[in-house]
Amino acid sequence: MAGNNNNDKTQSEHLATDQPSNPSRRNLLKGVGVVGAAALSGAATSNLIAADAPPGAGSAADSIVAREALEVLTALEAETLEVICDCLIPSDDNGPGAREARAVHYIDRSLAAHNSAARHDYMIGLSAVNDYAHQTGNKAFHQLDRDQQNAILLAVQNDNLDGFAPSSGGFFNMVRSHTIDGTFSDPYYGGNRDFIGWDMIRYPGIRLGASESDVAQGADLAPNHQSAYDHSTYTKMAQNMRGIPDSRVRGGRDHA
Amino acid sequence: MPRNLPKTDVVIVGMGAAGGVAALPLTNAGLKVVGLEAGGWLSPRDFAPDELRNGARNWPQSVQKAAGEAPTVRATAADQAVQGGHPMMNAVGGTTMHYWAQSWRLNPWDFQLVTATRERYGASRIPAASTIEDWPFTYAELEPYYDKVEYAVGISGQAGNVQGNINPAGNIFEGARNREYPMRPLRASPFTDIMGMAARNLGWNPFQGPAAITSELYDGRPPCQYHGFCNKGGCHVQAKSSTAFTVIPKAVDTGNLEVVTFARVINIVADNNGKVTGVDYIKGNETFFQPADVVLLASYAYENVRLLQLSKSRAFPDGLSNNAGQLGRHYMSHHQGSPVLALFDRDLHNWYGLPAQGVAIDEWADDNFDHAELDFIGGANLWVHTDRKPMAAAKMSTFGVVPSWGSDWKAFIMKNADRSNMSYIQKTTLPYEDNYLDLDPMVKDSLGLPVTRITARYRDNEKRIAAFSQDKMEQWYLEAGAIEVTKFGPGNAMGASTHAYGGTRMGLNSDTNVVNEWGFSHEAPNLGILGGSVMGSSGSRNPTLTVQALAWRTSEYLANNWRSVVG
Repeated sequence: MAGNNNNDKTQSEHLATDQPSNPSRRNLLKGVGVVGAAALSGAATSNLIAADAPPGAGSAADSIVAREALEVLTALEAETLEVICDCLIPSDDNGPGAREARAVHYIDRSLAAHNSAARHDYMIGLSAVNDYAHQTGNKAFHQLDRDQQNAILLAVQNDNLDGFAPSSGGFFNMVRSHTIDGTFSDPYYGGNRDFIGWDMIRYPGIRLGASESDVAQGADLAPNHQSAYDHSTYTKMAQNMRGIPDSRVRGGRDHA
Repeated sequence: MPRNLPKTDVVIVGMGAAGGVAALPLTNAGLKVVGLEAGGWLSPRDFAPDELRNGARNWPQSVQKAAGEAPTVRATAADQAVQGGHPMMNAVGGTTMHYWAQSWRLNPWDFQLVTATRERYGASRIPAASTIEDWPFTYAELEPYYDKVEYAVGISGQAGNVQGNINPAGNIFEGARNREYPMRPLRASPFTDIMGMAARNLGWNPFQGPAAITSELYDGRPPCQYHGFCNKGGCHVQAKSSTAFTVIPKAVDTGNLEVVTFARVINIVADNNGKVTGVDYIKGNETFFQPADVVLLASYAYENVRLLQLSKSRAFPDGLSNNAGQLGRHYMSHHQGSPVLALFDRDLHNWYGLPAQGVAIDEWADDNFDHAELDFIGGANLWVHTDRKPMAAAKMSTFGVVPSWGSDWKAFIMKNADRSNMSYIQKTTLPYEDNYLDLDPMVKDSLGLPVTRITARYRDNEKRIAAFSQDKMEQWYLEAGAIEVTKFGPGNAMGASTHAYGGTRMGLNSDTNVVNEWGFSHEAPNLGILGGSVMGSSGSRNPTLTVQALAWRTSEYLANNWRSVVG
């Protein structure tokens, strides 16, 4: 069944004319990506702090990173979780992983908001992971070597270890799920930096319309690297819907 | 005491798939209608293409009234009922805002399956514990209403049977329709083309399924843009034919429909003569009484039943319209589980597909094949579609090939993220003696009112259909070149579902049914009930179009027989 390509194009072009509501924000994000990735690749053991630069020492992008808060996690929790994420979706010969995508930044923010009910389970679980690290290697989890870290995580996943809430397997599955969310969700939420996650699985990006030829190209379609919120329609700043009526104006009473 | 409001002709509880449709014939006939809706108005600006917000965090369902009254579920009366999520949306337009929008007519067999089974195979083939009855009318009676809804709401599809003329481009098993769909079907995709060819190789008849989504400019709405965020999301260009963008605005434009948002109905009031007089609802911190000559209940199967069970009065001490003890009985939720998952050796190009953009096989549905040598009745519609999003793709099954994390896993998803497909198999589900809805004795909503408790499980008939249809699905995938196939188990307890049926079943016999053949209560004559709760059989396909056709029919009957209904 041939779709009506002319109509498709007209509509998607109309919508594609929506400019990002704040172009500078996009540029800043891209800047963070470049600088951050370089810093991390230069030091395999780097943590969140290591990527910092003194205020005023670098580009605007550096100072954005420096001002970023940990909203929920403690410094040690964030370091521990950073390594867990890197074990789950590693940076390796196939390219960057959850660490570069900033899955921990996503998780920290989500724990202050939508996933706040999971704060306790993270606190207990990350503490337990470090307890096992000390038992295993007499060091904090992030100081162990990668084989030791993987062995502990495998045990957390499969061996029903004590000290986790609600269970070690449940904790593992939650962290795995959130790590994937942070790596592959819209960059608006603080992860998937520089569209690392979407590029990893060759997702060509959010489009407001996809023509038959777009679909035929599939994952070979050039990635457009756009957040949903690069479309001003979906932001707080949207003025109106330009040609698409809001049903509310049609009537109805606000109150009985 | 509730504040009394001016009386209206009709109050409709719920402005969703059913209530939204019902409003149009009534308001066109000049009747004054108040539509009470627990949610608010949403606009296309609310439907960002955001998998995390929509798909994983269930916005906005997760923050709505329905979320606080999610049913508890148990398989049998001996089990502990556990509360899950609520699948439906509170909004003007209801769940038609974010549903997949497949819009099927039931096949003729679904209306008369008791008679048809007796005649073809003998009465013994109907499971002994099933309470199934024929509908009080045949497919032909509902056909004109299917037609009205298809054109008023806007359905795209390929007819397979127009007045007896069979067209193999459509469903050759469908009942005769009076005319074509108002719009051609949604376009095919590279993957549905592959699956369609494989089906033809097997001698089956594949076709593009019907959808409440525009495939071309229709009634001022643009065609679908195929960006693929239908699932749990509304349409950014109003191509999805939600009642919020079709029939409800038309009804508002008559000047006869007043929509009241964030109105939480808590009680349907009945007088001592057994007639309903209106409804009590809470908005903000105030309680109102909306008097009406007729009440139409359209709040989805679970809430329809719960509101009736909560509405006790002198005339109805066990709940409204429950003096025969039929309220909550004959409950089914569609057996949509037991999918088959396939892995292919090439990219499927599904990143921009929608759930309703799919290809269907009806050979193994209903009674479209001979069951003489089989140990079940009914069957399944097989459906493959093209929806894929990055988070869900990254969470794909690894088919036991690699661990679920680490470098090997990463390499696996990098290669295979666009190479898997999960079928959607909808199966005939029967009502049974011990499957029912009642009020949970422990779990309450935010007002302290008990939530619905589902006691229901699948039986042999459902499980045998599941196994049979999985074999057919596996055969189809393998013919299309799948390199791995996984079948999921049949399940046991029937959880809360977007396809819930029964509880206020429609039928001529007032001893076994809550509403009559027009959708009005056998016991409270000016109470009409709309939605899947009146359906006596599930069919093996999505229910919404049937719900809407029934709603139109009840509403039109009311407008044409006002005096006799009001009494």
